[in-house]
Amino acid sequence: MTFNKFIIAASLALTVATAAFAEEPQKTPTAPTDATAASAPAMAAPAAVAAEPAAAAPAPKLTVKKELKANKAITLTMFAFIIGITLAVVIRAASKNKTAADFYAAGGGITGAQNGWAIAGDYMSAASFLGISGMISLYGYDGFMYSVGWLVAYITVLLIVAEPCRNAGKYTMGDILSFRTDPKPVRAVAAIATVSVTTFYLTAQMVGAGKLMALLVGVPYRTAIVGVGILMVGYVVFGGMTATTWVQIIKAGLLMSGAFLLSTLVMAKAGFNPLRFFEMIVNSPDIQDHVTKMLLKDGKTGADLLTGVDAGQRFLEPGLYLKNPLDQISLGMALVFGTAGMPHILMRFFTVPTAQAARKSVIIAMWIIGMFYVLTTLLGFGAAIHVTPQGITQVDAGGNMATLLLAQQLGADISPVLGDIFLAFLCSVAFATILAVVSGLVLAASAAIAHDIYVNVIKDGHADQHEQVMAARITSLVVGIVGIIIGIAAEKQNVAHLVALAFAVASSGNLPVVVLSLFWKKFNTAGVIAGLVVGTIASIGLVMVSPNMTYPKLEAAKGEKIIHAMEKKMAALAPGATLDAKDLKALDKAKADVLNKDGKSILGLDAPILTLKNPGIISIPLGFLAAILAALAFPSKRSEDMFDEVYVRQNTGIGMAKAIDH
Amino acid sequence: MAEKKYDWGAIARNPKFVELHHKKSAFLFGWWIFSTLYYFLLPIGAAYAPGLFKIKIIGVINFGYVFALSQFFVSWGLAHYYAHVANKDFDRMTRNLIDELHL
Repeated sequence: MTFNKFIIAASLALTVATAAFAEEPQKTPTAPTDATAASAPAMAAPAAVAAEPAAAAPAPKLTVKKELKANKAITLTMFAFIIGITLAVVIRAASKNKTAADFYAAGGGITGAQNGWAIAGDYMSAASFLGISGMISLYGYDGFMYSVGWLVAYITVLLIVAEPCRNAGKYTMGDILSFRTDPKPVRAVAAIATVSVTTFYLTAQMVGAGKLMALLVGVPYRTAIVGVGILMVGYVVFGGMTATTWVQIIKAGLLMSGAFLLSTLVMAKAGFNPLRFFEMIVNSPDIQDHVTKMLLKDGKTGADLLTGVDAGQRFLEPGLYLKNPLDQISLGMALVFGTAGMPHILMRFFTVPTAQAARKSVIIAMWIIGMFYVLTTLLGFGAAIHVTPQGITQVDAGGNMATLLLAQQLGADISPVLGDIFLAFLCSVAFATILAVVSGLVLAASAAIAHDIYVNVIKDGHADQHEQVMAARITSLVVGIVGIIIGIAAEKQNVAHLVALAFAVASSGNLPVVVLSLFWKKFNTAGVIAGLVVGTIASIGLVMVSPNMTYPKLEAAKGEKIIHAMEKKMAALAPGATLDAKDLKALDKAKADVLNKDGKSILGLDAPILTLKNPGIISIPLGFLAAILAALAFPSKRSEDMFDEVYVRQNTGIGMAKAIDH
Repeated sequence: MAEKKYDWGAIARNPKFVELHHKKSAFLFGWWIFSTLYYFLLPIGAAYAPGLFKIKIIGVINFGYVFALSQFFVSWGLAHYYAHVANKDFDRMTRNLIDELHL
């Protein structure tokens, strides 16, 4: 076996990867940020009696400091436990990985139910676990509305892609696309699209992982990334799909147990009466005050500036966070089309033996994912009631720590040690979540490089099983190491938009060509290549000119405002007093931003061209259009003749590549 | 792995296959469009009909909340309805086709 060729494959991964994180300095961290809880004034604990605006009173009413510091001993014991179990699974799986089918598809030996749990485990990232509950805890209804699309997306997976992919594919998206097209160019382009989607997603996950672990257990960012990276590489390289699947199943189980436990405790506080639960939200003085402040910030005055119970009720109504409806629709499109085009999700359907099992697995996954988001509502609102929005933002402005704070508090309400245990348990869930998601991504990227590019493009499909498995392992190792390097390099980058970008590419590039390959007779090589290239480039291009990027000129304008506000604040201070650490930090940053006022965005822009953060509404039609027009412009008789075969296969499973009988 | 040779064109023209794929396509795309439209009513409604979303239904629970929650039940319901139809009709039709072809 020639190592030169691995270097080709690896450098390919690197190229896309470097393109992915050539970003601007970070501005708005939506991923868990460094929370400096210590200096800020403490907030009143639950059932605050405050009728006056809580934060307006400079003297804290109660000195209960909201801070999040997991008990290291308990947390690390739980981490060790999770690592122990998963490694045992890997060791068991490692001996079974003899063929490419074992490595990429667990030999087709995963049952529908197992695959359902694994899909859920693969899909629900730390962002949905911590981010959505945080969004609900700070913005109420909008957070809940945001979560809906993540489940509805699975209808597309169930009805359009799951069973046809099981019937017509083998290990990768390239297998489906190259069936009746010119395999080499199609596989190469499909692999590049897969690697870009997974790199975007992986980078966001790695950076989030590093920050989260640094925050929760106090390990340095780099150590956290390297630790997570080594485990991830270990699972994939030695255990392949079998180990990855089990890591995902274990994670989904832990996540659901955590969510059930916490929501039971939340509901117990409301006497298991949903009506009472909602009344607690509306009647919470802290939530009311928080909503009034948000409305004030939006420039609401007079009758629009709600207070008291009206403000509490407003928390259950839309529009506190998601203010651009077109962006919402655009995100919805990216989810509905993009989930079904995510390579790591598509890949899961090659692990089950039959179309029936694929169907069953999506339905099980939909129950788990849906239940999780419904429970997330309880956690998010529960955190708003019991931890209070003020307490949550004090620890993390983005609200990412809401669930963890809630766990700590509900546990501590029963007994102090239980608070530590709950928090440690939730930290382990977050840890397992990260491991499961990144492993799935590394496996999907490696399959594209090793199976599509190395085996089928470079070696013309002539590679024996041993060589294929070897190629897959080496590629996984390389992809994993690249992931670690990117994770470390991107520490200070703004990675929040990368998840949106991954979904945009999956929905505009991958999904159109997968659907057209399976259902449209006239589809061909030109269509696949044009669809993937245009969909991918349009998504990346539109995100590059969107508000997701950093625009120094706009930052400078904001910085001036902050400096102005701080000067006012300083003037109001008692003589000799200084601003607290948080304000000083903000002031320093604002000053730096103002100095950089002549800078340009990554594309040399002063301001975003597009107002949408999610380009789906433009890029998805572009992807479809490019695919259809190119297919019509360059018709292929062979592709049309072979449609009968694809169509019969995907509908019936006749002639299916049975991964089980080798 | 020895690949068996099939006459794909003949299978594609088989009346049983034609019936299967007609029924399946109508079901799949029809319900997919339904679920997608139902879903987009949520962001569109929240943005353009906030008054509707504010109407209280039970206690302080408003229409917006019930509607968002209904999205979950509609998705689950549709998933089970599809599984029911697929298990009962599509799988049976596929088996009949395969039996007829003696595969």
